[in-house]
Amino acid sequence: MARTLTINGTAHAVDLPDNVPLLWVLRDALHLTGTKYGCGVAACGACTVHIDGEAVRSCQVALGDVWGAVTTIEGIGTPDAVAVVQQAWIDHQVAQCGYCQSGQIMQAAALLAQNVAPTDDDIDEAMNGNLCRCGTYPRIRAAIHDAAKKLQEA
Amino acid sequence: MSRIGKIARRTFLFGAIAVTGGAAFGYYKMVETPPNPLLPDTGAALNAYVIIDTSGITIVAPRAEMGQGVQTTLAALVAEELDVTLDQITVIHGPPAKAYFNQALLGNAIPVIEYQRKPWVHDAAEFVGNAAKFLNLQVTGGSTSTRDAYVKMREAGAQARQMLIEAAAKRLNVAANSLRTEAGTVIAADGTTIPYTDLATDAAALPARNVTLRDRSDWKILGTSQPRTDMVAKSTGTATYGVDVRLPDMRFATVKMNPKRSGMRGFDASEALLMEGVEKIIDLGDGVAVVATNTWLAMQAADAITFDWEDATYPADTEAQFAIIEQAFNGEPNSTARDEGDVESVPAAITAEYRVPFLAHATMEPMTTTALFTGSALELWSPNQGPILVRDWCAKAVGLEPEQVTVHTTLMGGGFGRRGEYDFAVLAARVAREMPDTPVQVTWSREEDMRHDFYRPAAIARLSGTVQDGKAVMLSADVAAPSCSHQAMERWLGRSMGGPDTELVAGVYDQPYAIPNYRVRGYKADLDVPVGFWRSVGASYGGFFFDSFIDEMAHAAGRDPLEFRLDLITPEHAPSAKVLEAVRDMSNWNSPLPSGVGRGVAFSYSFGTPVAQVIEVRDTGRGIKIENVWIACDPGVALDPHNIRAQMMGGCIYGLSAAIHGEITHTDGEVDQFNFPDYDGLRMASCPKIEVNVLENALHISGVGEPGTPPAAPALANALFSLTKQRPRSLPLWRDYSFV
Repeated sequence: MARTLTINGTAHAVDLPDNVPLLWVLRDALHLTGTKYGCGVAACGACTVHIDGEAVRSCQVALGDVWGAVTTIEGIGTPDAVAVVQQAWIDHQVAQCGYCQSGQIMQAAALLAQNVAPTDDDIDEAMNGNLCRCGTYPRIRAAIHDAAKKLQEA
Repeated sequence: MSRIGKIARRTFLFGAIAVTGGAAFGYYKMVETPPNPLLPDTGAALNAYVIIDTSGITIVAPRAEMGQGVQTTLAALVAEELDVTLDQITVIHGPPAKAYFNQALLGNAIPVIEYQRKPWVHDAAEFVGNAAKFLNLQVTGGSTSTRDAYVKMREAGAQARQMLIEAAAKRLNVAANSLRTEAGTVIAADGTTIPYTDLATDAAALPARNVTLRDRSDWKILGTSQPRTDMVAKSTGTATYGVDVRLPDMRFATVKMNPKRSGMRGFDASEALLMEGVEKIIDLGDGVAVVATNTWLAMQAADAITFDWEDATYPADTEAQFAIIEQAFNGEPNSTARDEGDVESVPAAITAEYRVPFLAHATMEPMTTTALFTGSALELWSPNQGPILVRDWCAKAVGLEPEQVTVHTTLMGGGFGRRGEYDFAVLAARVAREMPDTPVQVTWSREEDMRHDFYRPAAIARLSGTVQDGKAVMLSADVAAPSCSHQAMERWLGRSMGGPDTELVAGVYDQPYAIPNYRVRGYKADLDVPVGFWRSVGASYGGFFFDSFIDEMAHAAGRDPLEFRLDLITPEHAPSAKVLEAVRDMSNWNSPLPSGVGRGVAFSYSFGTPVAQVIEVRDTGRGIKIENVWIACDPGVALDPHNIRAQMMGGCIYGLSAAIHGEITHTDGEVDQFNFPDYDGLRMASCPKIEVNVLENALHISGVGEPGTPPAAPALANALFSLTKQRPRSLPLWRDYSFV
């Protein structure tokens, strides 16, 4: 049975079994590959997207359970029009391999939407589920503080 | 002098391993330039690194981008001499080709301890490195990319610039020396400006000239932190990794291979075949592939297959494996890589045994490759560190010639040495062969990736030492481990390897310490658990063994541990002493320790780069927290300071993650760890503050991808000793210490 998902403001018809995780709907059916597979068990955060603004692990949300509008990394900004949080990532030259960064950015964006001036403790708590094997954490922290400042100024 | 004379004529040294029966090469063959592999459809290839067409300038950076920023730095080498800015160029990895052989990787094979090399030995190493050409070694590894490219890619830029100037001189009918270049254009004295893109076809017809490289004081790009060319794509989800390749009508597949790393007696896929989306199940002999319309459906079906696996050929559990490693001490040493003075003449005052486990690479992007087989051709999109290996072994696996195989090396979600293997590409090629004319992407589950790695070897070290008048007068270290070099070379080259493997004792034998009686012996364990190159290789455990024991000796001598090291290093290697002094100052080492705080220092020289780290830990009451890390390194020439700092931080965090959490154990021949909950790393909340200082006192340029890793575990262990007075002698540390 085909379902319709709203992703980055566009309706997409998806004809896949209801139990297929949103992650694999995005990646393999819709070719929205910015969202990454890292573990499949909600242990790394590489697949983080927003559903109605809330950061969720898309590997744990079945197609049949998607409860609202989905936003992926492709939906918050583009190379020609980056979001404030993405610009902070670029300014701080955060990424190394970059594979986890879509998830890191989506998690950070959700944090900043709820908390305009996160403390280091807030960042620890919000970001601890996002694994980075390259070890970019110090620059992620700096980029989040910077993005918060820029968002407040805006 | 005498050691270099020991290179036997018919024994070719490779990564300090003897390839017996290897070919002997004449001088001409050694210095011959391989042909330019670039045949662009449009425009012109001025040499193997520069393609210019009407739409722009492309620089080939023929090393894998796995996060270390190498493509930006390699492109900067060309750009500096070519007079283009980094935002004017496109950087590509380019094809697998002999022209891109890694000379520095083999140059490291020369059997003289690196920090002791005289300039002529350094030159000899460059010469020996030419042999990489014959072995077709286009490999990203050994922290060699910038060191290998430092001269040749600047020369490529300078040569291309010279050809463009000559082409412009001809066209304008003026003298070449009246022209200058800037930002991708040639400018004449009268102000006439011609873009490189208009000159490329003419320039490509001209011969290459000898060029003089610019003095460092004239550098505009090198030596300054550059925005990485991949940063915008990686911040917007638009970078294409191996798993992101999407081709028309592509299928998604996964594999399930024997977790005992052996054969398969049979399997039952009757349930899997009926599952939704499943198109094909392929018997691979030691496992199966499931081809489906979606990766997750393929993984679900693979989980529904039942298998009858053959048993492992190695001892089935960790205890038995360590017993084999321990037994190696009873045999003859595989190497005595250092033997100064006479350790037997000095009675040992302190002895200790250290142990480290097998480790997985755990790249964030699991193993994957996409393949399209047509019967007469194979095309691969593969995140890999050795494209010629991938091409040749995949050709062999599907019955084609290497010329019939095209390899696209994609961006990779981490490498750490894992992608220097080619197993994942060969599996994809074999799956594609069963699906002619249909592109198929084979992606491993995290569990498959974790349990089918080529692990960092487990190892045991037995050390003894003596201190006198506050100084070390004797240090004897015996290290036993399976040889990852022998195993990996056998996989790479397809022939059995033997001889001394100094990688077994890296981080131990090659340290710049003036200890009058200093001996290091390696013992190769006869254990065939699959092992391979893991970020910093032997030094990843050697650094822990050696530096921890130096710390024990410092305490036995009643000395300050940093001053104790400095006294022994200063007479041996001045740039190494400077990094220790730097971390002493950065960390305010001599300040009194607050209660509940421990401070440890470690030093390790690896891949030509000395690195010192100071780590401060605090007992929070809820567990120990690593609060601060200070790092000083010396890569000789700091081509991109920001990127070097990032590599040092990342290398340290990778080492700390392994030291605290990392272990691969076996039960019944199978790896016990499946996924990140069993094999975690540092996270945002457990990551310390890190400060890095980059020095430039060393004589030659060296790499930064790996040297940040070896000192991390001992710096933490020494800090834990400072805090708890309990000496950590085995890893991972979570077994004996509680961290927040």
